[in-house]
Amino acid sequence: MPFVAATESIGRHVMDVSENWGRSCIFLFRTLGQAVRPPYQFHLFIAQLLHIGANSTLVIALIGLFTGAVLAVQGEYTLAKFGATAYVGSAVALSLIRELGPVLTALMVIGRAGSAITAEIGIMRITEQIDALRSMAVDPLKYLMVPRLLAGIIAVPLLTGMFITVGIFGGYAVAVGLLGLSSGTFMTQMISAVSSLDVYSGFIKAVVFGFIFGWVACYKGYTCGFGAVGVNRATTQSVVTASVAVLVVDYFLTSILTRVFME
Amino acid sequence: MISIRNVSKRFGPQVVLDRVSLEIEAGKATAIVGPSGVGKSVLLKLIMGIMDPDEGEILVCGENITRARSEHEKNEIRAQLGVLFQSAALFDSLTVYENIAFPVEQRFSLAKEQVHKKVIDTACSLSLERYLLSYPEEIPMGVRKRVGLARALIMEPSIFLFDEPNTGLDPVVGQEVYDLINHCRERWGFTGVVISHEIPEVFQVVDRVAMLLGGRVIECCSPEEFIRTSNLAVQQFMKGLTDGPIKIQ
Repeated sequence: MPFVAATESIGRHVMDVSENWGRSCIFLFRTLGQAVRPPYQFHLFIAQLLHIGANSTLVIALIGLFTGAVLAVQGEYTLAKFGATAYVGSAVALSLIRELGPVLTALMVIGRAGSAITAEIGIMRITEQIDALRSMAVDPLKYLMVPRLLAGIIAVPLLTGMFITVGIFGGYAVAVGLLGLSSGTFMTQMISAVSSLDVYSGFIKAVVFGFIFGWVACYKGYTCGFGAVGVNRATTQSVVTASVAVLVVDYFLTSILTRVFME
Repeated sequence: MISIRNVSKRFGPQVVLDRVSLEIEAGKATAIVGPSGVGKSVLLKLIMGIMDPDEGEILVCGENITRARSEHEKNEIRAQLGVLFQSAALFDSLTVYENIAFPVEQRFSLAKEQVHKKVIDTACSLSLERYLLSYPEEIPMGVRKRVGLARALIMEPSIFLFDEPNTGLDPVVGQEVYDLINHCRERWGFTGVVISHEIPEVFQVVDRVAMLLGGRVIECCSPEEFIRTSNLAVQQFMKGLTDGPIKIQ
């Protein structure tokens, strides 16, 4: 009997997960369908770009600056053991461009703007504002989701670019200013180590992470449960799901892109 | 105008509506009353096409909203509806002016001046001029309801759905909302559906009353007949008695 109960419980869980996946995919396809259908409301997209992108610049710049600085210190410590401190510049730049820039930016945007989007849409859901939209023959997917999804796809790569730039500056400042590395060596090694394929790799990751951020934040808000508890749960799930998804997808993207670009 | 035919709706094992049928005539207002949780608001959402029934069909102005295949088709039918939600459901991020202008801006490509004229006309008819630049959080609930009414009336709907229009209002403001509904009915001449559990107060704005209980319509008649009916459940509900066929859940 315990075996039957356990099997039933696992089966129910698998069914729930599958159903949730199915619903979220239908939600995504319907949102994308609305995205290509006129009329296009650019002012809503710009407002979201401001909220997700422009309002995140300070925190992204700060984190980028200190991430670059830490990479320089750690890089110098590790590379010194092999007598290769000249490669600190390339280590900082490659780490930021290929990996830390896209991932940390996405995680920060998820924490700052993703939770806000889920809470906002969730509150609109429980206060009947989404029902009001539908009663006025306005599709909430077009009015609410499309601008947020598209703004996420555009904002995360832009913020990633800023994170990397500021991060390299932070690494340079620490390596050259504090650790005594030659400015010429830092820059020369960095420029010779970084190829355009590294930049493409980081850019593709940032676009995918922006897409995941928008999809999860909007879906969790749209399917939010009742009351304050429902919004609380949806917001938590949004941040956790999107963060885990970014890290899992990052592994697969790194594997695929490394293989593709090496060939 | 609205024809509800054998409509059933279940949530898991719970049957909320069980083969409900109701005809709402053009130009008349019908109150749907009943204790909390009997499915009054669910019925309203089914009429709006926000929920789909498990069985049965609903015709709005002759169009079958339950058979509409897409949101686009449903939107064509919804264009005839105006809705005042229980909490007014105003958009927090928009001012009163922007809330009233919203449906017009979304549905029609009118010039700014034309939108402005429509907003001002509608706002003036509901005495909302001084609140136009306020946000919903800055105005009292009674005014929010008026804004909700204005937001729906600006589209000149042929059918108006009111979901518990007096919830959260004191008796004086509640009476003001009823007066406003009568005023709007006289001016715009729409067909009305009023969801409420406030009787006999709601009788002043409707021509017919339908009572929902146990998933069925147990009484549908004029307010005068409703008051005189011998139906025990109706009498219990009217008098607010705890003993009788209606069991407190």
